[in-house]
Amino acid sequence: MFKRAFQLFLVLFAVSASAQANVAKAPDVLVKDVTEEVLNTLRTDVAIKAGDVKRAAELVETQVLPHFNFSRMVALAVGREWRETTAEQKQQLTGEFRTLLVRTYSNALTSYKNETVEYRPFKMAPTDTDVTVRTQIIRAGGRPIPIDYALEKTDDAWKVYDVSVAGVSLVTNYRETFAAEIRAGGVDGLVRTLRAKNNTTTAAK
Amino acid sequence: MYGMPSRDACNMTKIQKHAYNARSALAIAAAAAVMTGCATSGNPKDPIEGFNRAMFSFNETVDKALIKPIAQGYDYVTPQPVQTGVSNFFDNIADLWIGFNNLIQGKPGEALSDVGRVLINTTVGIVGLFDVATGMGLEKHEEDFGQTLGRWGVGDGAYVVLPIFGPRTLRDTGGFLVDVWVDPVPNHDPVDVRNIALALRAVDDRASFLDVESTIEAAALDKYSYIRDAYLQRRRSLIHDGNPPRESHYTQFAPSEYLLTMAPIESTWTFMLVSALPAERVEEAGRASAKDVALAAN
Repeated sequence: MFKRAFQLFLVLFAVSASAQANVAKAPDVLVKDVTEEVLNTLRTDVAIKAGDVKRAAELVETQVLPHFNFSRMVALAVGREWRETTAEQKQQLTGEFRTLLVRTYSNALTSYKNETVEYRPFKMAPTDTDVTVRTQIIRAGGRPIPIDYALEKTDDAWKVYDVSVAGVSLVTNYRETFAAEIRAGGVDGLVRTLRAKNNTTTAAK
Repeated sequence: MYGMPSRDACNMTKIQKHAYNARSALAIAAAAAVMTGCATSGNPKDPIEGFNRAMFSFNETVDKALIKPIAQGYDYVTPQPVQTGVSNFFDNIADLWIGFNNLIQGKPGEALSDVGRVLINTTVGIVGLFDVATGMGLEKHEEDFGQTLGRWGVGDGAYVVLPIFGPRTLRDTGGFLVDVWVDPVPNHDPVDVRNIALALRAVDDRASFLDVESTIEAAALDKYSYIRDAYLQRRRSLIHDGNPPRESHYTQFAPSEYLLTMAPIESTWTFMLVSALPAERVEEAGRASAKDVALAAN
């Protein structure tokens, strides 16, 4: 009986501790931890090195995506029209956008060639709820590529809602294309285009 | 702006294009695009989208047939350290002009650092083959005359896809011409050395983009507009040295804001003002007046 109670206590303690760890994880620490995790996997995973997009997609799904806020991302990319979309359209857009990101991200990971990541100095006020964490990809024989993560504080953790590569924001970059699609075929047209894009097999090269 | 022509019409011009030789294909595609008003989706930053799309696919064709294969061959036969040496060599030559641009943008510290880079890399780095200056804390900068003009307050102007050279804005096309004019490589004697150097630099540049390409293909719904928007964002970031004023993510741009940045009168006006005002102030002024117009329109 006492033993059971003690076990229960241990479990509860572990759960609350991990929950607290999540809340407490500062945005810069989060970015660093996730990046290093991914880099470690990339360095050791032979399949991804050989260009296995499916393995890379798994890595993205399990280690990266839990830290992204998709509905926010897609809302920003859609812009003003977002308010006029139905709940069902929102769900469809978010789903398709997520798939597109997985594909893009995993494609980028398969071209990994021993790059390392440098973390730029980060400071924030305790009250901040929206921050940018700056990193740089250091590669052999090329200039460093700055990658910035925009994060916002949600109830349980910091979530990434935009990624900028060399000053090019992923979310902003979709804005014009999305707007053009919506002008041409409405929100459903955009969903169709995204779906069609996601159904094409990744171009061989 | 409204009534966008069907996708099929756009694809037609692309298919036709492959059937002819490069020059006539370009003419036909451009003419067809202009006549059908093809794919002018009404983006105010891209008023000649029909022409640009034709030029873009022309560039893609040339790239696929000629430039990319050469770059791939170069990438395959040239060991990484040699490629790095080639990139460093040309980067070192470029650093002097970068330093000058930093100076006339009112950044003497950066300019001094660029001159220091040239001195160190040319000597210790053996005619620029090794970039030892970066290791010593002298960061590599990326500047050109288009950025300088931007810093001085000249607006982007229309987006243009140049043959072979690719995406530019009207302002950056002007900047590019100045960059080429002062570039020591095309002005080098003797001509055969110059030609080899130009070709090598171009191929080395192209090779450095080989890895990114498939990621762009994976990300883009429409490669043309993806590259256009990335270019425009990238330039904006570069002009502000990586720290562009943050745009509110939720506010969509009012069309009037685009019109203001493009209106030639506005540009000249800002251009005359810039010598008196720092770039940020000019931008603030521009934003404020854009807001006023937007309010008035509502």
